[in-house]
Amino acid sequence: MNFPVLSIAVLTPLVGSLIELVQPADKKTRIRVIGAIAGFITMSLSLYLYFAYDRSVGGWQFIEEMPWVPSMGISWKLGCDGVNLPMLSLTGIVLFTGTLISWAIDDRPREFYAFLLMLTTGVMGVFASLDLFLLFFAYELAVFPMYLLIVIWGWKVTREYAAMKLTLYLLVGSIIALVGLLAIYFKTGLHTFDMIQLAQADLPVDFQKIFFLPVFLGFGVLAAIWPFHTWSPDGHVAAPTAVSMLHAGVLMKVGAYSALRVGIQLMPEGAKMWLPWIVILTVVNVVYGASVAMVQKDFKYVIGYSSVSHMGLVTMGFAAMNLTSMTGSGVQMFSHGIMTALFFAIVGVVYERSHTRNLPDLGGFVRKMPWVAVAFVIGGLVSMGMPGLSGFVAEFQILTGVWDAYPLAAALSVLGIVFTAAYVLRVTGQVFFGELKPEFEHITDATVLDKVALFILCAVLIIVGVFPSIMVDLVSSGMEPIVNLLGG
Amino acid sequence: MGLNGFPILSLIVFVPILGSVIILFIPNKYEKAIKWTALGVSLIPLLLSVILWLNYDSSLPGMQFTEDYRWFPTINSRYRLGVDGISVPMIFLTALLTPAAILYSFGIKKHLKAYFALFLMLQMGLFGVFTSLDMVLFYVFWEIGLVPMYFLIYIWGSDNRRYAALKFFIFTLSGSVLMLLAIQVMYLATGTFSILEWTSNLQPFREGFKVWFLDSSVARQLSFWAFFIAFAIKVPIWPFHTWLPDAHTEAPTAGSMLLAGVLLKLGCYGFLRLVLPIFPDMAQKNAPILAILALAGVILGGMAAMAQKDFKRLVAYSSVNHMGFVVLSIATVASAGATMTDRVIAYNGAVLQMFNHGITAAAMFMLVGVIYDRAHTRNLEDFGGLGIVVPVYGGILLFSTMASLGLPGLNGFVSEFMVFRGAFPVFTAITALATIGLVVTAAFLLWMIQRVLLGPLNPRWEKIPEISVREIIAVAPLMVFMLLIGVYPSWILTTINQTVLNLLS
Repeated sequence: MNFPVLSIAVLTPLVGSLIELVQPADKKTRIRVIGAIAGFITMSLSLYLYFAYDRSVGGWQFIEEMPWVPSMGISWKLGCDGVNLPMLSLTGIVLFTGTLISWAIDDRPREFYAFLLMLTTGVMGVFASLDLFLLFFAYELAVFPMYLLIVIWGWKVTREYAAMKLTLYLLVGSIIALVGLLAIYFKTGLHTFDMIQLAQADLPVDFQKIFFLPVFLGFGVLAAIWPFHTWSPDGHVAAPTAVSMLHAGVLMKVGAYSALRVGIQLMPEGAKMWLPWIVILTVVNVVYGASVAMVQKDFKYVIGYSSVSHMGLVTMGFAAMNLTSMTGSGVQMFSHGIMTALFFAIVGVVYERSHTRNLPDLGGFVRKMPWVAVAFVIGGLVSMGMPGLSGFVAEFQILTGVWDAYPLAAALSVLGIVFTAAYVLRVTGQVFFGELKPEFEHITDATVLDKVALFILCAVLIIVGVFPSIMVDLVSSGMEPIVNLLGG
Repeated sequence: MGLNGFPILSLIVFVPILGSVIILFIPNKYEKAIKWTALGVSLIPLLLSVILWLNYDSSLPGMQFTEDYRWFPTINSRYRLGVDGISVPMIFLTALLTPAAILYSFGIKKHLKAYFALFLMLQMGLFGVFTSLDMVLFYVFWEIGLVPMYFLIYIWGSDNRRYAALKFFIFTLSGSVLMLLAIQVMYLATGTFSILEWTSNLQPFREGFKVWFLDSSVARQLSFWAFFIAFAIKVPIWPFHTWLPDAHTEAPTAGSMLLAGVLLKLGCYGFLRLVLPIFPDMAQKNAPILAILALAGVILGGMAAMAQKDFKRLVAYSSVNHMGFVVLSIATVASAGATMTDRVIAYNGAVLQMFNHGITAAAMFMLVGVIYDRAHTRNLEDFGGLGIVVPVYGGILLFSTMASLGLPGLNGFVSEFMVFRGAFPVFTAITALATIGLVVTAAFLLWMIQRVLLGPLNPRWEKIPEISVREIIAVAPLMVFMLLIGVYPSWILTTINQTVLNLLS
């Protein structure tokens, strides 16, 4: 067996988390540095995997398998393909930048970093997993620390409410999905949770038609499919900055990814029956999310609702069931992850200094933090799908694919683009331009670490936008087998 | 590929953005370094575009200096660049106006770095549109140009800038998303984004193609109108022009120069490059509508200009008026009733008028800026008699105004004459009415001269300083080209004409 890079990448955050827990609580700098190092190693390993993956061969690579609970056919099985590699890199990048942004956390940083890293292992586990049980296990591991992170370090006004709402929603969703997973396990009678074997099991069509919906929507709750999205803006607003970054940037993708892997890949017949209906929900996501974002007064709520809108495009791409749209969705998961992490990082940087997120109270911050303003503008342009940036690469493919399948949905979701432009421009104007209020005369610029984090995120958005070939054919090769299952 | 495979087009497109990046790394306090770097960088594409033109072989048909690389594989979109006799003058126009605008902008006080970086980014977008042979790439550059312009207006504009910037952005973006949807339909029908293939062998709407329940002819009509509206907003064609006076009035002077000088040409370029070749029958059918809208632009734009009290708004409306002539020629080229000769002349006239209006409008906006910087007002009623106080300025303004109203011997006359010559046999009544527009043009421009330069001197302006050497250097090249095209237009027409003959045959 080769050197288990993938397992190490998945477990690094967990090891980091354990190391954090044995540090003395008052050595705050040391704790932060350890967190950042763990983040950096995770990012480097995930990027190594991304570039070491042999694109000419394709398929599953870096497969690692060890029996775990043999009596039930559960194994520690990990692997990489074109779909999860960008997701793993995304997680690594967002984690590392998140640890940098969290430098300012002064209240129990040890526990904060420990939970943050633990959550990341869960996320990486979901993405890398080829075993259905492991996937579910990691999924729960990713959701649970979130509750504590929000309730302890969150925004004082709404944190109890938001944390509870988020956890209940996600828990209910995952339990519904679990029922589906178990049903798959027993129906196949293979006594294995190995997803590759399960995918070849040819589940009966009637079974698929019944169980696709609970599995897809159960996971879809985490991807904020309308009308199950309401936990998301509340949760994101209440969460501390780095957690919002990871949550909106990565965790929502965990939902979409699981819905794709378990729902669509294992039950393609069910998908073919239900997805044409689900597309209606996704159009509502896109247009409703963007229009609600337009009228928000709280900076962070605008970003929260923008995530709802953008994740709608991901699921809409799935629902169109062709290679172009699904490739677009894969890229959109990555692109939106980086972009929204950037947004939440900026909201955090601004809020830390202004102590308000009420848009009419802000203004003129470009004078105090010019680079942050530039980063926000770049994020905003990605958000409206401006060409030359990663959002365009993703959304162009999604729209092209959706046109083919559901022209009306494509035409309607274009409204989302115009709304997005409107709210991005409005927020940019209200926060960064205009008059600087006298009470903000003395605020400081972002720290060097903040700038490093913002720079990394912006660079990724630009690189993928200018050189789409760095990502699109990789994602396309990963989506191809899934699309073949759907017969498209 | 000319020049032995030297990627001159890529260089022209990307040198400006390289310049923006360099500028971002110059510390704020070195203001001079920032200004001179911006100017220096903008001169490189100018030099390259001259080399491009000199090496462009107008006797060859098709695209030259082509580049073709893998870029966006999953949707079969490639990095394809190339130029012909239509795009070469447009590239030169962009390359010529940008240094002039940058030189003029040396007077900018606020956020220098961001200003010049955005300016060069805008230039990149413009070059990109004129060189792209792939529709996705075209769209990419089309949208890229929008962003810096928005910020130029938003940050450096005058009092009502926020409103104007947003209006500009939302208008143009709405047009763009329509175009986006049309592009995607066309891709689904053909499996390629190559503009050349769309315009030659692969007609995007072959028989039997279906989108949803729409059959190919309906999809074709919808796509035509999507493109039509997108480009009409950009030109702008009446009644899609309402963003323009606001944007121009509020934009900083140099921004207006590029907006009027080049950005408006993008719409016309889109009509010539995409709409006419891809939808010849639809264009033919709707040519009379286009001609009527052109007439409305000419007459109403002129009337509106006449009614303005704001100097800059007057020049802005004159753009609506002048672009109407370009649209009229486009309608002629598209029309069924035109003979080959009419079409060739009208097509040449359209491209030349684009070039001419680019130079003249840029000069006019600069001159408005020059006087505004000194007087801090643009109200025409406050001026008067300035000809005595600032004779050099007066002379330059008079010269540019004459070019703008089409005085024989200057550039505007040549192209407007060609437009009328081409359009007259086809749209006789409309052309005849459009000549009334020409009278209106002359009237509002001369009245403007009268209110600014002649008449009794308002004592407020006794001490107003003369136009500076820097400003003269910025405007002088533009005046040279106004004269050069006026007396000897064939150097530019040879390049245009050969391509036109190839395209129309």
